[in-house]
Amino acid sequence: MIQEFFFNITWLIPVFPFLAFVIIIIFTQDNPKLSHSLSIGSIALSWVIGWGVVFSAVAKPHLGEHPISNTIPWFETGTKVFNIGYWIDPLMAVALFMVPFVCLMIFIYSVGYMGYGTDEQDPNYSRFFGYIALFATGMLGLVISENLLTLFMSWEIMGLCSYLLIGFWFQKNYPDPKKITPRQAGLKAFLVTKIGDLFLMLGIIYLYSQAGSLSYADTLFNHDFLVRLAETPALPIFGGWSAASAIAALFFGGAVGKSAQFPLHVWLPDAMEGPTPVSALIHAATMVSAGVFLVARIFPILNIVVEIEHHNPAMGLIAFIGAFTAIFSSIIAVAQNDIKGVLAFSTVSQLGYMIAALGIGAYVAATFHLITHAFFKALLFMSSGSVIIGCHHEQDMMELGGLRDKMPKTFWAFLAGGLALSGFPLVTAGFWSKDEILAHAWEEFLHYGTASWPFFVWLLLTIAAFLTAFYTARQISLTFLGKPRGHHAEHAHETPNTMTIPLLLLAFFAITLGWLGIPEEISGHGNNFWHHFVGHEYPSTPLSLPVMLLSSGLALGGLGLGWLVYGRKPLEAGQMDPLQKTLEKIRLGWLYKAMQNRFYFDELYQAIFINGAIKLAEIFYNFDYHWVVDPIVNLVARISRGISGFFSQFDEKIIDGLVNLTGLSGVKLSDLGGITDLKVVDGIVNGVAEVTGWIGANVLRPIQTGKLQNYLLILLISMLAIIGVYLVY
Amino acid sequence: MSIPLNWFLVVAAALFCIGLYGVLSRRNAIGILMGIELMLNAVNINLIAFWRYLDPARLTGQIFAVFVFAVAAAEVAVGLALVIAIYRNRDTVIIEEIDLLKE
Amino acid sequence: MLPVLIFAFASLVTLGAAVAVVTHKNILHSAFFLILAFVGVAAIYVLLEAPFLAVVQVLVYIGAIAILIVFAIMLTRRLMSEEMEQRNTQWLPSAIGALALFLVLGWIVYSAGWPAHEGAVPAEPIALMGQELLTTYLVPFEIASVLLLAALVGAILIGREKETRSAE
Repeated sequence: MIQEFFFNITWLIPVFPFLAFVIIIIFTQDNPKLSHSLSIGSIALSWVIGWGVVFSAVAKPHLGEHPISNTIPWFETGTKVFNIGYWIDPLMAVALFMVPFVCLMIFIYSVGYMGYGTDEQDPNYSRFFGYIALFATGMLGLVISENLLTLFMSWEIMGLCSYLLIGFWFQKNYPDPKKITPRQAGLKAFLVTKIGDLFLMLGIIYLYSQAGSLSYADTLFNHDFLVRLAETPALPIFGGWSAASAIAALFFGGAVGKSAQFPLHVWLPDAMEGPTPVSALIHAATMVSAGVFLVARIFPILNIVVEIEHHNPAMGLIAFIGAFTAIFSSIIAVAQNDIKGVLAFSTVSQLGYMIAALGIGAYVAATFHLITHAFFKALLFMSSGSVIIGCHHEQDMMELGGLRDKMPKTFWAFLAGGLALSGFPLVTAGFWSKDEILAHAWEEFLHYGTASWPFFVWLLLTIAAFLTAFYTARQISLTFLGKPRGHHAEHAHETPNTMTIPLLLLAFFAITLGWLGIPEEISGHGNNFWHHFVGHEYPSTPLSLPVMLLSSGLALGGLGLGWLVYGRKPLEAGQMDPLQKTLEKIRLGWLYKAMQNRFYFDELYQAIFINGAIKLAEIFYNFDYHWVVDPIVNLVARISRGISGFFSQFDEKIIDGLVNLTGLSGVKLSDLGGITDLKVVDGIVNGVAEVTGWIGANVLRPIQTGKLQNYLLILLISMLAIIGVYLVY
Repeated sequence: MSIPLNWFLVVAAALFCIGLYGVLSRRNAIGILMGIELMLNAVNINLIAFWRYLDPARLTGQIFAVFVFAVAAAEVAVGLALVIAIYRNRDTVIIEEIDLLKE
Repeated sequence: MLPVLIFAFASLVTLGAAVAVVTHKNILHSAFFLILAFVGVAAIYVLLEAPFLAVVQVLVYIGAIAILIVFAIMLTRRLMSEEMEQRNTQWLPSAIGALALFLVLGWIVYSAGWPAHEGAVPAEPIALMGQELLTTYLVPFEIASVLLLAALVGAILIGREKETRSAE
């Protein structure tokens, strides 16, 4: 009974934040307390309903095979009707467990971060709460969406909110022209993800052309349709792929943009210009995981090709990009000095993990890591925000240090998050989820051998896991251990409870959530909740003791090495990063510089695409004004002037000749005829002139009487004349 | 119908030509507008006559005539507004004196 | 027999009134004769079995347009004396032209063979008209509304009193 109640009110989940957004933006912008209360209240409502739905869904047996959905018709185009509604299945349920709770934590945290009640309260406090409410609408709408159209709309809403929120402090400018301003960063995020959105839209259109419908029931969960899709060859531009692979690849393009995978990763690090709650909410926990959510959503399309052809080239592409991104960004993270910068690249790296996992078919592991990562990444961002506020907006880790004693609650929260991220064995959530991905990769690689995607994925992810632990330990050591290195760190203070309590709540989940997915070999048969609920139809990954030992070893080893380098002898103020020193000693200083500058990808894109577009515009401009069009026009003018000049010359010469001739003969004639001839000639000329003048004055001029009725009469007479002629002939 | 179609058409034609004479020869601007109204009425008679004699089942002719009513009303309104505006400006309604289009 | 008589009477009234409209020296009398002409036309509509249109004719033409014309005459009355010459200089060629046109039209009417189709008028023409206006002829209907709106606005704008401020 109560389950049905929650299922029936699922559609309300995104409605409350949306109403909060509208009310805040229109009515309560001057009232900070009312604004944040509305915002937090609405997301709390969504959380309560959301968890009600989640637990009802968990209690419902066989939800994976029989998803619940409910729609109402929305609009018609021709003969097709598009619906709007909600869809409840395991993937949606686990996402719905995470999203509203994390949002609620971050909303509460924002009250403290935006300085409510202090002298430093942000002047645009209310607007911020309105925008994050709108964002929550988008994300929740995406999660409960029943068809690809509403999914796409929610996707775009989130893209808009990303732009609005990254550029929240749009008035901020920096003296250094190379440093990106929030306004520019917002634009950058919007435009780069738009490239991904283009692929997503193409994918949706392609799918619609094959299916005739966009609802999940008709497409993703319709086995006959999926089989047909896998057997239809795609458009010739896709080579020999099937339509299913092509469509999946296009959808993946959207995920590449939204989840900041290589090559569209460039927007995420600059998105750190936004307030830290925004970074936590959008760029760690929810929006970027929408990309992974999307790929998980369309996983049936990927899987059907594997079922039929035992090999899906689209998945290879996905695995490659995911794994490459994972290791590429973790290398960059090692050399970042901004506290949020490390976390940004860490996010990109972890998303790469999830994408790679999906690429090798580890659906259960990927979704597991998605959810656990959201919790501990949000925790890490929020902790770093706590550090930033406590140190008066100092973000360079080289200026921090020794915060462990000054900000203990933040320290423990950060430590919990950092251990989860590194995959500290057994206790943290990150360990179980990351281990499952590595175990799946290992098992596939044993099956297929070393010349296969699983091996590539396993190798890169393993190395990345080590690097993840290393840079995490580096970050913790630089920030919290040792003595303060900078002015702000010396005077740091702990942040208010509205900020630290959400941290502790999230830390709880960061530690415990992993126990939901412990493999069956350890917890007992049938006790792997995650696999049973989410991925019932997929075979479970068997526990692999070598892999578990390896990932424990990597985590501990990375953490240990990081602590050895950065923590045992903490850096003094002004000392160079030991890694940088070491690399410079072995002539690899350029490598460190490259890592710090993110391997110069921004500069590369600037040079190729942006400057290229500017150059192209210049070329077209010149084409129009200087090189082709104007010169042609001018040339034509010059030619016609030349021709008319030629004719005038010609005329002049002829007339001159004639005049001279006439003059001569006139003289001759007058020599012969005398005055009488002159009189005749004169008379004729005068007569012609007079006749012309008379005609002009007395015939043509009177016609232009200016009187309407005269014109009408002439019209009538002419018409009669024409009819007359017509009738006669 | 005991009255042949041609009779109606001839009456309409006569009305039209009378109206046309009025347009072309009246000196008062309003007189011209009255001539135009006569012409429009003639057109309407034509339309209705054709409707009645050629295809009375579908109401096409009548509907067309209704639209002509609407257009005539609109045109008279605007035309008289113009006449009044000219009268205010030039203090005359004699159309022969409004010959700004001359030469 | 009776319809023919009525037709003859109505036509004579109409045409006679029309002639009076275009020749009478006093413009106000012209307007009244115009009303008479409209009545005649309404009678003709009744003869043609379109009573609805006859009523509309009376309402719209006589009730609105003719009244409007009378208004306009009253408003522009100051300079027109009662008995000024009403024919302009080109009246003779116009008369000849109009007569010629009438002859041409008459000749066309009589030499063309109009297809005979004696059908029956529909039982509920007004209902049918209403239906047609809103389905088949919806677009002209809407455009006519827009036209009337434009005429309304235009007439108001054109006929507005000029502002006396110098900066206008």
